[in-house]
Amino acid sequence: MAIKDLTRDLTKRIASSHIKWSLIIFFVILLFNFIFTPNFFHIEIKNGRFYGSIIDVFNRAAPVMLAAIGMTLVIATGGIDISVGSVMAISGSIAAVLIAKMDVPFWMVLCLPLVFSALLGAWNGLLVSYIGIQPIIATLILLVAGRGIAQLVTDGQIIVFEHPPFEFIAGGSLFGLHFPIIISFGVFLIILFLFKFTALGLFVESVGGNSEASKYCGINAGRIKLVVYIVSALCAGIAGLIAASNIKAADPNTSGDGLELNAILAVVIGGTSLNGGKYFLVGSVIGALIMQSLTTTILTMGVPVQVTLVVNAIVVLVVCLIQSKNFRDILAGIFKLDFRGLLRRMPLKGGNK
Amino acid sequence: MKLSFSINQKYLSIIATISVFVILYIVSCIVFEGFFSEMVFINFFIDNAFLGISAIGMTFVILSGGIDLSVGSVIAMTGVITATLVEQAHLDPLIVVPIALLSGSFLGLLMGCIIHFFDAPPFIVTLGGYFLARGIGQVISLESLPIYHPFFQFFIMEGIPIGDTVIIPYIVVIFLVLFVIAVYVAHYTRFGRNVYAIGGNIQSARLLGVPIGKTRVGVYTLNGFCSALAGIVYTMYTSGAWSLSGKGFELDVISAVVIGGTLLSGGVGFMAGTMFGVLISGIIQTFITFQGQLSSHWTRIVIGVLVFIFILLQRFFSSLPVSSKATRVTYASMREQAELTK
Repeated sequence: MAIKDLTRDLTKRIASSHIKWSLIIFFVILLFNFIFTPNFFHIEIKNGRFYGSIIDVFNRAAPVMLAAIGMTLVIATGGIDISVGSVMAISGSIAAVLIAKMDVPFWMVLCLPLVFSALLGAWNGLLVSYIGIQPIIATLILLVAGRGIAQLVTDGQIIVFEHPPFEFIAGGSLFGLHFPIIISFGVFLIILFLFKFTALGLFVESVGGNSEASKYCGINAGRIKLVVYIVSALCAGIAGLIAASNIKAADPNTSGDGLELNAILAVVIGGTSLNGGKYFLVGSVIGALIMQSLTTTILTMGVPVQVTLVVNAIVVLVVCLIQSKNFRDILAGIFKLDFRGLLRRMPLKGGNK
Repeated sequence: MKLSFSINQKYLSIIATISVFVILYIVSCIVFEGFFSEMVFINFFIDNAFLGISAIGMTFVILSGGIDLSVGSVIAMTGVITATLVEQAHLDPLIVVPIALLSGSFLGLLMGCIIHFFDAPPFIVTLGGYFLARGIGQVISLESLPIYHPFFQFFIMEGIPIGDTVIIPYIVVIFLVLFVIAVYVAHYTRFGRNVYAIGGNIQSARLLGVPIGKTRVGVYTLNGFCSALAGIVYTMYTSGAWSLSGKGFELDVISAVVIGGTLLSGGVGFMAGTMFGVLISGIIQTFITFQGQLSSHWTRIVIGVLVFIFILLQRFFSSLPVSSKATRVTYASMREQAELTK
């Protein structure tokens, strides 16, 4: 009974138009690759782990995916967090300094950066919820100052280190999968559980829908906002550890550069509206995968990498247009189609009423 | 009584900005010998002319309640277009400069149209513009392109002389002229009033008959033009162009506008405030250069802290209940007058 409910819930969720669009885009990209790049789906096992373009997409998408998961929650409360790139740089820098300059146990190398990230997230959350600063400005402060802090931590240098246990984070593997994939999906499942299967998710949606009304309903809107900013910063902090481990160095200047924009883009592609309210964690993950698979496709096709940005721009445009009601109305007018009716009749919606 | 109080309120934010500038300047002059000279003062403008030009356009966008993330990329794009056309196609700068300005304006127009006609969020649309402009710049050239043409040297080397030794270079003159025009447009024309109106409350503006579409598209086109001009000035300033330059620049611009006292929610702010916002970030940079011990990353931290302080100040002023009501009243009467003088 419960499983039946769950599957019905799942099909309903897939059928909700926004996720459907991102799934369709993702499958179109995969189909394109299936036809035009022969080795895209080729997976081989080397040294007990899987290799291949498709695995690479998942591996490289990990930082953006993590940031996008946190960002989804923030955007769901009607906010935005543009400081994630700086938090990522700070977290990586702290880890590198701890390894290279100080003799501390390994668990502290993992914990301290994350604790500091959480503190930065709490700072953002306090500014937004208790002082009432606009989210974009509140996090702008940390975005501007944060990179300075990261440079301060490493004294403006790129700190290189050798530390096998820490290098495992990006270089290791578990169950034949690259460890970043495990981390990002682990975080995804935890967040999905916390925010979709407990009341927390409902509170987030409610605060995003109408912060004032939620307050009158007895929801502590301020605390909910605080929590989502902390989660977002934690996700960025984890991404920072992966990035630092990946290049065996901390680069305070370029680490996480533009991460905030990519994460926001992934969230928007995933169907979550910037106005807050309803949110789609699965959509954001697919959004991150779409962007990475586009980049990988362009690279494997042998197209110069700088074209990626133009393609990104086109994707943004398409997403904007698809989500615009005006555009859908115009489209429906042109084809003289009952657009909504068509969607309703699509076989994706499995639920029987 | 209420009216006079509201006017005080209105100017408090900009007074705070100007005070910070004056205090910073006096402190710097006391701490460092040689800080108090025309050269140093003019240097604020030379080093920040491109930031200022871009901030002028951004002020209009933010006043209208929008945001534009594409400015840094547009600067890179127009720089690369200018450098390529001048140095590789050997076109005359008098042809190239208008082409570059048009390309920036056209991108702005495009973004404005998408924002207005498809009711898409400015944040995402201009994020698209950010990728597009950066991408076009990189597709044209990945190299750092030097410019040797005397036309571009002229604007930085030559200028209006003051006294015997000091000159105001023409890039500063461009910035100051644009600033004067911007003040006029923002505060003394119908377009400027419309920008304030739709930033204050788009619904009431619509009911009052303000042309929403024309104004919004106009604002983004204007900002595209300003970014393109900033790109050309940046090319003159650095004698070169690079498709990766101007990364994160949009945030410097937004910070300058916010420090200048313009509210990001739109409808509140002054063009003059932006000028002081730009000068404050100039003074911090110069301070750190003079000090010599502090590393450059302190610039970012100090700017971050300053933004924080200004936001707190604005938050404090805007939370006073009387002011918002009173400004609304004065605004309505202003609107009435405007209608009468039509």
